[in-house]
Amino acid sequence: MRFRDEYRDPARVRRLARAIARTVTRPRTLMEVCGGQTHAILRFGLDRLLPETVTLLHGPGCPVCVTPVAHIDKAIALAGLPEVILCSYGDMLRVPGSSGDLAGARARGGDVRVVYSPLDALGIARREPEREVVFFAVGFETTAPANAMAVWQAKREGLANFSMLVSHVLVPPALHAILGSPGNRVEGFLAAGHVCTIMGYREYEPIAARYRVPIVVTGFEPVDILEGVLMCLRQLEEGRAEVENQYTRSVRPEGNPQARRLVAEVFRVASRHWRGIGELPESGLVLAPAFAAFDAERRFGPAAGGEEMDAGCIAGLVLRGERKPPDCPAFASRCTPERPLGVTMVSSEGACAAYYRYRHAESLRR
Amino acid sequence: MSGGESPSWNCPLPEAESEVVRLAAGGGGRAMQRLLEEVIRPLLDDPELARAHDGAVLDPGGEIAFTTDTFVVRPLVFPGGDIGALAVCGTANDLAMCGAEPLVLSLGLVLEEGLPVAVLRRVLASVKTSAEAIGLRIVTGDLKVVERGRADGLYVNTTGIGRLRSRHRIGPAAVRPGDVVILSGDVGRHGIAVLAAREGLGFETMVATDCAPVVAPVLALLEAGVAVHCLRDPTRGGLASALVEIAEAASVRILVEEAAVPVREEVRAACELLGFDPLHLPCEGRFLAFLAAPEAERALGILRNFAVSREAVVIGRVEEGASGRVLLETPFGQERPLDMPSGEQLPRIC
Repeated sequence: MRFRDEYRDPARVRRLARAIARTVTRPRTLMEVCGGQTHAILRFGLDRLLPETVTLLHGPGCPVCVTPVAHIDKAIALAGLPEVILCSYGDMLRVPGSSGDLAGARARGGDVRVVYSPLDALGIARREPEREVVFFAVGFETTAPANAMAVWQAKREGLANFSMLVSHVLVPPALHAILGSPGNRVEGFLAAGHVCTIMGYREYEPIAARYRVPIVVTGFEPVDILEGVLMCLRQLEEGRAEVENQYTRSVRPEGNPQARRLVAEVFRVASRHWRGIGELPESGLVLAPAFAAFDAERRFGPAAGGEEMDAGCIAGLVLRGERKPPDCPAFASRCTPERPLGVTMVSSEGACAAYYRYRHAESLRR
Repeated sequence: MSGGESPSWNCPLPEAESEVVRLAAGGGGRAMQRLLEEVIRPLLDDPELARAHDGAVLDPGGEIAFTTDTFVVRPLVFPGGDIGALAVCGTANDLAMCGAEPLVLSLGLVLEEGLPVAVLRRVLASVKTSAEAIGLRIVTGDLKVVERGRADGLYVNTTGIGRLRSRHRIGPAAVRPGDVVILSGDVGRHGIAVLAAREGLGFETMVATDCAPVVAPVLALLEAGVAVHCLRDPTRGGLASALVEIAEAASVRILVEEAAVPVREEVRAACELLGFDPLHLPCEGRFLAFLAAPEAERALGILRNFAVSREAVVIGRVEEGASGRVLLETPFGQERPLDMPSGEQLPRIC
């Protein structure tokens, strides 16, 4: 990981900031897609190194934030079944469903276990054959290959006590939704480097062409992000709208073909509800018919209902990039990470959590 | 009593020779005596314990510091240490943070039925080694055994008494604008070591805990007459919580230079992967010292004579401003607030 320092080098960061200031000639609004990028921008104060004419909006790339209430309610209900071990990534434990969260289900005696990989859940299923092990598969394209591998492996081993509650989402349909919205302000995207490491970036080319927006595949370190911004601005200034790759040390045009093949074998694209955004066609993954036996919704009944309550905050607008967290009247007053109203304040990748963590004390200082 | 065999019907095999701790050993009868006499007292080996009385009688002489801590770490043994070392160093370090020289410790053990006696022996041996290294004695103790499933193998409580060595009261109230903040070494290793051992995370480089007594360098500072205003060990909640607690208690503003905080490369890498902030991870062999800026060089000179504080550095300064806030100066010349972690640290998805 020593290479990381190179991408946090203050001199390089300052050089890029100066190049950006020289490049931009009029107000521009860009969006970083991924919540990890949002956190890096706020953590390192990168937005403050940009000229006032450049606005960064924060995108919907927080998988925890967009997981629909119905799936969280289903996970909580499963955790309440005595035979079930509900395995989840740690992030999901504090995300509220229509009443309560998985941490609460665990406190009430539910067997909820934090795992670091779906393969850990598979291991639990092997060790505890008398229990039903359900893995809560949440995420964008980044986590899909590992989840696909777990199901593929379970089928090969005939692990009948393993299943998956699948809540996978895909990035390109979200970009369509944002660009197609009447209130859209986004003129260019920093696409998520990790997602493109798996998927490549060919699927972004029709989007760039159709909406005339530059899309730059971008990494997560300060130098990466500012370089992505600079490449995006150069395209806008030159009147180009192409897909470019800033994150060349990780992303190839075709992505990781082996991982993509596995995902295509195990999953099928389907319509999906995004929390705070709504129903998006062909925007999610479900298990393919050949693997349907490992679908927790088939085994234990479908996730249903889970109406989104009005959280009393603007989490939905924040997720769509239409507003920023400090615009919310509840931000840092009625809504804090300890007592969150909206899911964007809960998740470690959420934009509100990032603003709270890295910015909110400033108002107290002034 | 749980179902199954009643303790009174247990096979009369001597406890120390069986492989695991039995419920009967907590019953106050012969089985407990055997565990105490054959395993615990020989390993701890202190004349005060050998008297097998209800308590110890002490004459500390002068003002004392008094503190207690309970240790519930899982797993019991992790890279570079175990719960025994942690229980002794943790309480000894808390006494040192009061400006006191640790003298005696009590040891309360809650054992879970079924705990391998070999594990108990290992933990007690490391209690003894750690205590000897610090020069403190275990003079009294307690033993309970709970049913299987009611504890994570072994819980430890240590309560300690130390003799005050500082001429003035050390604490947040003494922190002044103009003070510098010294950190005795790198942060985050204990948190990553325990997490990796608990969750079976196969990192390429094994991270060992930083668990160690910090008594010697602290006493050296005090003996040299360095006017230390406040000491704090960044255990639970890490460096961030320790700094915020002091800033709030002292009603001052603390500025920390992010790049100056030493973090091992392998800890940084693990944090990047898991979505943790190294400043939120617990340390068990580190401390912060607040003192007037003109004293800083002399203090660093003293601290760097000890292995445990060889990497001591100035990481920040105390400023006027009753905001009770900690600000981190990023390498790009920006400032951002540093806050305590909120609740449980949960590893992220991607």
